[in-house]
Amino acid sequence: MSSCGKRGRKLNSFILPAATLWQRELVRFWRQKSRVLGVVASPLVFWLLIGSGSNDLARFYSGALVLTVMFSAIFSTISIIEDRREGFLLSMLVSPAPRSSLVLGKILGSATLAWVQGLIFLCFAPLAGVRIAPLELIPVALAILLISFTLTGLGFVIAWRMESTAGFHGIMNLLLVPMWMVSGSLFPMATAHGWVRVLMWVNPLTYSISLLNHTLAMPNAQPGAMTSLLVTLAFGLVLLAASGIMAAQKSTHSTA
Amino acid sequence: MIQVENLTHWYGERTALRNVNFTVAKGEIFGLLGPNGGGKSTLFRILSTMMAPTEGRALIGGCDVVRDRAAVRRQIGVVFQTQSLDRALTVEENLRAQGHLHALSGALLRERMEYALSQLGLEDRRRDVVETLSGGLRRRVEIAKALLHRPPVLLMDEASTGLDPAARRDLTRHIERLRDREGVTILLTTHVLEEADRCNRLVLLHQGQVVTEGSPQALRSRIGGDVVVLEAEDAKALAESIERRFQLRASQVDGQVRVEIENGHRFIAEVVEAFPGAIQSVGLHKPTLEDVFVRETGAQIE
Repeated sequence: MSSCGKRGRKLNSFILPAATLWQRELVRFWRQKSRVLGVVASPLVFWLLIGSGSNDLARFYSGALVLTVMFSAIFSTISIIEDRREGFLLSMLVSPAPRSSLVLGKILGSATLAWVQGLIFLCFAPLAGVRIAPLELIPVALAILLISFTLTGLGFVIAWRMESTAGFHGIMNLLLVPMWMVSGSLFPMATAHGWVRVLMWVNPLTYSISLLNHTLAMPNAQPGAMTSLLVTLAFGLVLLAASGIMAAQKSTHSTA
Repeated sequence: MIQVENLTHWYGERTALRNVNFTVAKGEIFGLLGPNGGGKSTLFRILSTMMAPTEGRALIGGCDVVRDRAAVRRQIGVVFQTQSLDRALTVEENLRAQGHLHALSGALLRERMEYALSQLGLEDRRRDVVETLSGGLRRRVEIAKALLHRPPVLLMDEASTGLDPAARRDLTRHIERLRDREGVTILLTTHVLEEADRCNRLVLLHQGQVVTEGSPQALRSRIGGDVVVLEAEDAKALAESIERRFQLRASQVDGQVRVEIENGHRFIAEVVEAFPGAIQSVGLHKPTLEDVFVRETGAQIE
């Protein structure tokens, strides 16, 4: 019979699985276009209500855009939980494709979708009185891309170990939404009081919002542009690495 | 082709498998038959490399399912009990994605897709979105997907679950064809007697242990003659009376009295005569695998 040794890994066996997963996310998304509506609509409604009520649409714009990206990233990664029990993930897990390539493909795909939906939300910028020159679009798009990656990584790390989607909803309400609330999306760090201010300071999402504010040339963006960029980048890389490590771990009890 | 040696598995305090041993030869259809919770799924998860056993080992094509995981994965095609297809994609897209997971691409992938589609008779369904297919067709696509890398071993977990009898027979026919034409070794778990009867060999699993092993014919022939099943208000009393009166073994399962006996039709006449009014219904059949299971474990499969 064949030998049991490890076969030398060709580049193909890493890139192909990742590419196919990425493509799968996009194709699925394209065939279920109603998902766009679900993801973009609720942040849009929140934004219009809060922004119109306080007569300051511009102030809440970045926060609403990040919320869109967050919802998209979370809904994409939540599918991991169901996929593992019943679905495509099962056959991925018993294929020889390296786990790291599967993780990369899934995160790339989900992040791309989150990015696209963030860009769709960007179309509402004129409503907020934000005018973006064509050339300024590039840094804005890049910032949204980076934030998409970070939040997808966060979703993945949470979803991978979850047994049920019910648990994920709990985490979403108790961790992710509060995290978003104290990220400068609703009130700036400068006006925050006491311990909430400390929370904002340690909250990685604060830096994502601030990064977006900087690229959109919003007034009073805080912390500084470089700090925001570096923290968001570092947070993203840590989550990506954590996703890879978690997925590579062997299990001694049921993975199914 | 598959060797299972002293396999034991614990989920915390609960033993799911207790010292299981068997071997599967190349090119045979091998069945794991038993009730749900008997250990089939645990064994399947271990063989498909999804889980490591607590003790013992399992080899596929000589490779250890824990230590040589990657090598085992290249040799097995796995069909899960639950659906593993992406419903939003077409048959072809599902197969292509699976091929990519096995690093197949270009002309080779196209050739393998043709092979898998033709093996399962799915050529004219390739552009259908999986969502629109019937349960039987989806199962066939699952198998086609598992065969894409031409594995010498196919593992199937309760593959006929949720299929009507016609689709089930159709599935069995395709599996037998794979064995006969391609020499694929097939291990399947089942609690369906009809399916188990089509296997070359079987092990009966009960409470995590191998109860008995052999070909379906050999197992059935252990029960000589006929099986008579009697239903009664008080099955226990009837069983005891029968044993006293006829000097034979009458077992009692779920309110039924079972008797294994030559020339069952004569026995029926005698027993009805002997206990008028005590028997509510009478049945006679040739031994089935269910009877073997009842005899060996005192429990029923379904």
